Amino acid sequence: MAGIPHDHYEPGSKGEKWLHSRLPIVGLLYDTIMLPTPKNLNWMWIWGAVLTFCLALQIITGIVLAMHYTPHVDEAFASVEHIMRNVNGGHMLRYLHANGASLFFIAVYAHIFRGLYYGSYKAPREVTWIIGMLIYLLMMATAFMGYVLPWGQMSFWGATVITGLFGAIPFIGDALQTLLLGGPAVDNATLNRFFSLHYLFPFLIAGLVIVHIWAFHTTGNNNPTGVEVRRGSKEEAEKDTVPFWPYYIIKDVFALSVIMVVFFAIVGFMPNYLGHPDNYIEANPLATPAHIVPEWYFLPFYAILRAFTADVWVVQIVSFLTGGIIDAKFFGVLAMFGAILVMAVAPWLDTSSVRSARYRPMLKLWFAILVLDFFLLMWLGAMPAEEPYASLSLIASTYWFAYFLVILPLLGVLEKPTAQPETIEDDFNNKNGKSIEMPAE
Amino acid sequence: MNIFSLIKSLAKITATFVLVANSAFAAGGGDAYIKDFDFSFEGPLGSYDQNQLQRGLKVYTEICSACHGLKYVPIRTLGDEGGLGYSEDQVRAYAENYEIFDPELDDYRPAKPTDHFPEVVDAGAPDLSLMAKARAGFHGPMGTGINQLVKGMGGAEYIASLLAGYTGEEKEEFGTVFYENTAYPGRWIAMAPPLYGEDVDYDDGHSNDLKHEAMDVAAFLTWAAEPKMMARKHVGFRAVLFLILLSALLYATNKTLWAPIKKRAA
Repeated sequence: MAGIPHDHYEPGSKGEKWLHSRLPIVGLLYDTIMLPTPKNLNWMWIWGAVLTFCLALQIITGIVLAMHYTPHVDEAFASVEHIMRNVNGGHMLRYLHANGASLFFIAVYAHIFRGLYYGSYKAPREVTWIIGMLIYLLMMATAFMGYVLPWGQMSFWGATVITGLFGAIPFIGDALQTLLLGGPAVDNATLNRFFSLHYLFPFLIAGLVIVHIWAFHTTGNNNPTGVEVRRGSKEEAEKDTVPFWPYYIIKDVFALSVIMVVFFAIVGFMPNYLGHPDNYIEANPLATPAHIVPEWYFLPFYAILRAFTADVWVVQIVSFLTGGIIDAKFFGVLAMFGAILVMAVAPWLDTSSVRSARYRPMLKLWFAILVLDFFLLMWLGAMPAEEPYASLSLIASTYWFAYFLVILPLLGVLEKPTAQPETIEDDFNNKNGKSIEMPAE
Repeated sequence: MNIFSLIKSLAKITATFVLVANSAFAAGGGDAYIKDFDFSFEGPLGSYDQNQLQRGLKVYTEICSACHGLKYVPIRTLGDEGGLGYSEDQVRAYAENYEIFDPELDDYRPAKPTDHFPEVVDAGAPDLSLMAKARAGFHGPMGTGINQLVKGMGGAEYIASLLAGYTGEEKEEFGTVFYENTAYPGRWIAMAPPLYGEDVDYDDGHSNDLKHEAMDVAAFLTWAAEPKMMARKHVGFRAVLFLILLSALLYATNKTLWAPIKKRAA
């Protein structure tokens, strides 16, 4: 593995040498946890560890829940109540799993916005970024299918609405939707395949997480300055880095512990706060809820989906140009997936030679607006489809695309970056009290 | 950044997410008015009032059960700790109030503690097992969920408000009589007023006016929907205390660990 020069594992004892010559697994683990890591990482670099924890938490609680759950439309809802009432600790397991999904998404959004702010997506970390986006997509698919399993009203109607999106794809939509559902409507076949896939996807995520880690262990971590670790020699590299163990593992575990305080307060004292109460009503295909609202972590993209209605001129032009193949419904679907796609191709849209927004005064401002825009979209996604929310959704969606498609490319040309520190060591020393000469700004 | 600003920013992030997430509940409600009742089980340290749950069971048994079932609730759980806490004999005696259809006998027989409360389908009224959780979705203002967070408002408030919310007005539409109710979304509900006050004689001599009967049965239905609430809060409480302690120790560990690296810099 290329990368930052550092000490490698040397098998000491006879037994170690025996194993190492046959399977160098200890060496692999050693190199993984002893990775030289920039010593100036701030608290926004804790989310990766939190996410790893979330994946483990969800898999462990999920496997036990699956032992007691029945994926059948007649019994699913009752089996969840069985877990809540009769299974030892079942109510805790289920609340940990349900709220664990929320923690997972809080962490992933913090992680993504960290990457966007500090330019972690930029060369040479594009592959890490793209794999991260794939993990995020799989997370959304997993969470969506998991939400269907309790077979409550929102499970059923959420599944009906979201799978309906695939039906909007021209030509193949209907066939695709039927394939997804296993029939003409959400029914037992749907529940069964969602259960199966909900069990499978987390392991695909785990595989991609390993590749994600492999990729950034090859390039080295980004850091708040965006300046690369010096890698001319081991001595030079050691001035910029500390080994991941113990320095960052202890720091991450401390941060995780603080987050767990909040998490257990929510699980213990208000476990249904983030869920929709309608999901405590068993699914009824004959009674549509007054408002079908997805889980909070889908709301920003749900708002983008709904923003592009048939009376928006962009939609009308596109519809006219494509001879009606792209209608308002399909346009909304394209916009929703497009909103994630533009994020995924950010490495090629960002033209600036400077990585970190810390040295990009204009980007800082636009990025702050993007974060506000994200929260605004989240709120709008939960509001009914009427004025003023419809117009606001359109404006907020437009900004989301404008940030990636217009602002990122233009800023590289228009913006005058401020001076970056020469090395990570300079930044670290500066922050920790040693005054060094900063280059003139 | 020191620990306090870290905790502060984490709290801020969490609060923002919680507030925004709750806009999911903004839907519905309309002009319905939900009163904030003071229940003993609100807040992180609140617990069920065993006497109140027992009174609520009496209201349910004598009035609600005529039309509403509790099909997910096993009768034996009336003996559970952290709930109504009846003795085994009391539970067995109570179970015999109900006739259950037994497919093995192909006949009706008196219920046993291991049976669930019967499902009632004749009246077309909804099952009440989970009503207290299914009706927890009226959080205002502006979909921020602040009422639930600060005042501890939930499904129990909805049920009590509904039972005490009849105005006495009624109207007939397509052969069905609707009753005006200030707590019901849309104001007109098909359920006739079930409680008027002094409908049930409490064994413990507690006041049986309309408000208290409504609150008691709302408390009972909250237990029916969330029978493990006490166990859950105990776990939550112990976990939070333990994790605060652990965080303090890890903070010190982390600071000590990094001190030489930072000192070299300073």
